Amino acid sequence: MTIKFDDLVVGQEVGKLEFLLTRDSLVRYAGASGDFNSIHYRDDVAESVGLPGVLAHGMLTMGAAVQVAVNWVGDAGRIADYQVRFTKPVVVHPTQGAVLVVTGKIGALDAEARTARVDLAAVFNDTAVLGKAQAVVRF
Amino acid sequence: MVNVNVQGKKYPATAPYLVGREKVREFAHAVKSNSPTNFDVFAAQAAGYTDVVAPPTFAVVIQERSLATVLADPEADIDFSRVVHGDQRFIHARPIVAGDELTSQLEVASVKTLGAHSMVTFETKIYDAKNDLVCTAISTLVVRGDE
Repeated sequence: MTIKFDDLVVGQEVGKLEFLLTRDSLVRYAGASGDFNSIHYRDDVAESVGLPGVLAHGMLTMGAAVQVAVNWVGDAGRIADYQVRFTKPVVVHPTQGAVLVVTGKIGALDAEARTARVDLAAVFNDTAVLGKAQAVVRF
Repeated sequence: MVNVNVQGKKYPATAPYLVGREKVREFAHAVKSNSPTNFDVFAAQAAGYTDVVAPPTFAVVIQERSLATVLADPEADIDFSRVVHGDQRFIHARPIVAGDELTSQLEVASVKTLGAHSMVTFETKIYDAKNDLVCTAISTLVVRGDE
């Protein structure tokens, strides 16, 4: 199904994804990204620097959240501009992990540039963990 | 406290990074993508790319290489154990694809002081082998000071 730019409207929902982030997810992301900060896999280190527990990499949350926009448009190469603010940490329980729920809706349309801005909401434990999460999709 | 005098400082370009197809797949898997253009060469080529496309946040791998040079710079005086990631943005002139050879050049865009804390914004420009701009990565780190 091809999405037609001219059919889009501001406020339209583009999708929802639920991610289970486990300690395994964090180790995998550490390896793939090269970010081996041990607050992302060692409880003792997280505790020693005053954190409530092992945290997901902000960049993992950012990378997973944008998949809502990627799946919608069907091509990872069409995200022209993507930004987030990291507002709250995602604490990953050693056995239960953390559930991240991401929804996206169209926040703005630029008819001249033929781009759609997808505004993403990423929620963990009823709290928004990303601010100003916006992905500009090229059409 | 971060040295405010490094505002505007440019760091030397990093050595070329060759984007491998399996690295793209590994990263895509790690960010929980199931987008065909991240994994499948034929799907990527059907969409007009030469090879698999990297996820929208893959440029962080390149940005980190530039950031490492700043963190190692005694003049900047950034204590990594006190760093919190504040915000991040990737502006792509074109997507990164497997086979790209990328270098990055970092500039300290701003250093702001908020009480005991510092906020440092880095702008990393990522270029391909033809020296065309591929991506501008903008990252703000908050460096916590003594309370």
